[in-house]
Amino acid sequence: MLTLWKDFVKGLWKENPVFVMLLGMCPTLAVTNTATNGLAMGLATSFVLLGSGIVNSLVKRLIPDEVRIPSFIVIIATFVTIVDYSAKAYVPAIAESLKLFIPLIVVNCLILGRSESFASKQPVHRTIADALGMGVGFTWALTFLGIIREVIGFGTVFRGTSLAIQVMGEWFQPWLIMVLPAGAFLTLGTVLGVMNYFKNRAASVKVDLQDSTGESCHTV
Amino acid sequence: MGDLGELFGSLVMIFMTAAITNNFILSQFLGICPFLGVSKEVPTAFSMGLATTFVMTTSAVCVWAVNSLILVPLGLGYLKYVAFILVIASFVQLTEMVIKKVSPPLYKALGIFLPLITTNCAILGLALMIPMNNYNFIESTIFGLGAGAGFTLAIVLMAGMRERLEFADVPAALKGAPITLLIAGLMAMAFMGFSGL
Repeated sequence: MLTLWKDFVKGLWKENPVFVMLLGMCPTLAVTNTATNGLAMGLATSFVLLGSGIVNSLVKRLIPDEVRIPSFIVIIATFVTIVDYSAKAYVPAIAESLKLFIPLIVVNCLILGRSESFASKQPVHRTIADALGMGVGFTWALTFLGIIREVIGFGTVFRGTSLAIQVMGEWFQPWLIMVLPAGAFLTLGTVLGVMNYFKNRAASVKVDLQDSTGESCHTV
Repeated sequence: MGDLGELFGSLVMIFMTAAITNNFILSQFLGICPFLGVSKEVPTAFSMGLATTFVMTTSAVCVWAVNSLILVPLGLGYLKYVAFILVIASFVQLTEMVIKKVSPPLYKALGIFLPLITTNCAILGLALMIPMNNYNFIESTIFGLGAGAGFTLAIVLMAGMRERLEFADVPAALKGAPITLLIAGLMAMAFMGFSGL
């Protein structure tokens, strides 16, 4: 039980896919212009992560080692197709605003990375715990970035849904740049910088994210 | 003659839009992983850009063929993602084999970057945009070329800045990924200036 708990918890903070491992950067930057989009993207990715994790873990003994990665990608692509068609049928507005980035979950290095480094080696129950942890970690990170950008860029949270809240008063002049592409880079850069600052201060150990950036997507 | 001029004009338009105004990295967030990972030195960044451009152009052509000659006539649209990723993966493999045979020095220079292009979301993004925009054969080719040129431009510019940054006094907390992202943000802002073109 303790192992399962550990597999789950590590994705939330210690090995958070976005803030620590810098995986899945494209959707992280592209769809976090509002909190709703960030949350929806996180949930879609989590579903694919869980589904493909379970299947990849079950079939790991049936697939020859040489064709492992192509097989994983085909399984992932199948789950992405399921998500894409379901999203278009049930939440067309969100599917429209995420556009290209739902199909692009296929090449999200987080998913292939987990399949390769975890699901292909561990039993199913541990894979489920790991996928859930990574999914929740990815989802909260995207929602968090979405909230920051939406509050500064529009003055609202969850705009366009029934949960919409006006956070800033009448006086507030929205910084439109925050919901444009440039804002995505600036927000993530600043958040990582602030996190590093506190980490450095806490541990007084120099954290060099540079290496993890270079290798993250390329280890698969 | 007028028709030809019009055709040429629309092709130039597709190229410039893909390369500059809708730059894949800086305004569509496609291909961020290599952009952050392989932008430490100008020569490697340039090789990466060239390899990506090559795969983009060739797979744009293949994807166009697979989509309009196989998937659409047979009504297999739902197999799009699986089919495209297989086309790209096999194309990367094929490119690697051909380059290895034809030009060993180039193969050596590109080395590990070639296989990694499969998981570059810029390629799949490009593939998915072709049926979305209803491009024909020539337009698809030019679109792939333009996207590749834009990718190369952005990654080489970033590498140039990061080379200078090696000697700059960056605050400890911002070293590595944060400062790179902040620079990318400023570059994205600069590229926004082209959107009026």
